[in-house]
Amino acid sequence: MSDNPNNGKLDPAAEKIRRRRSIAIGLTLGFMVLAFYIATFIRLGSNAANGML
Amino acid sequence: MSIQSEIGQADLVMEPSVGDFIQLMKPRVMALVVFTALAAMLAAPGHINPVLGMIGIICIAVGAGASGALNMWYDADIDARMARTAARPLPRGRVTADEALSFGGVLSVGSVVTLGVLVNWTAGALLALTIAYYIFVYTMWLKRRTPQNIVIGGAAGAFPPMIGWAVVTGSIGLPSLLLFLIIFMWTPPHFWALALYRCRDYERVGVPMLPVVAGPDATRRQILIYSILLVPLAVVPYFVGLGGLAYLGVSVVLGVVFLALALRVYVTREGREADTAARRLFLFSILYLYALFATLFVEALFHRLMA
Repeated sequence: MSDNPNNGKLDPAAEKIRRRRSIAIGLTLGFMVLAFYIATFIRLGSNAANGML
Repeated sequence: MSIQSEIGQADLVMEPSVGDFIQLMKPRVMALVVFTALAAMLAAPGHINPVLGMIGIICIAVGAGASGALNMWYDADIDARMARTAARPLPRGRVTADEALSFGGVLSVGSVVTLGVLVNWTAGALLALTIAYYIFVYTMWLKRRTPQNIVIGGAAGAFPPMIGWAVVTGSIGLPSLLLFLIIFMWTPPHFWALALYRCRDYERVGVPMLPVVAGPDATRRQILIYSILLVPLAVVPYFVGLGGLAYLGVSVVLGVVFLALALRVYVTREGREADTAARRLFLFSILYLYALFATLFVEALFHRLMA
């Protein structure tokens, strides 16, 4: 049995804060994926250009 | 009643918000770190893809924020007993020690690895060194043991221009060492001016800041000595071609003001005027460093646009 009087449920304010935190984590991870993706292209591109010279 | 219980009873049961984690990263310190690194990046010879440059700056900012979070994790006990730091997320009970440690740890590793893999490993290694130096050398070792804590520990705050330089050049050039030295020499008068009027805070929590251990007069003398060394050093970038005429003008004029304020701190030793003099020097020192690097930034940007 849970000690939490709300049966493990968060109150609406806490739930809102947690949702915002999850969105921030999601955006950060998404940004990292995008950064690695674009940077890989940039680095591959310059290496390919150097190889052709 | 303790400061912690006075401040945060209502906060203790709250979920930590995004804002609490941002506060853990010491955003004002982060801004100065980013600014000095960016100025060095622009002043550095060579070229970097703007996207990689932006990734470099973000990594430096996140690495600095991670250091701040780990510092707050380690210093939570003394932060709770000092007026200046009692409202931080850990003393208020908004964030737990484990959360701060995990947050700082993940961001430290993430920023170093990302900078190393995507930009270059010289910059990545320098960022790792900066974080390790700030946490292990300054926070854990020196801060609570010696009045020279901020002299030696100040190196951590001086590394960012070197990292910015390394982002562009992939190496550590002599000009970047000069920028390092300027921040290194700036740190003692900046923090000792703060410590002069926050002396009781540091005394209460047992941090051996210079005014606590050696007394206010010895601190005033040290502030003046470091200021006399700093001001001419800050002019040198003009003579090695790092700054232009605008930099020369700004560094000389603001340097004279810096010396005048340091002298005022030295001679004003009693009462409220003494605190006011120290506070003025502390605030001006922030403006001084920002102005030096802003001028470098603007001049370098101008040259790049004209090239």
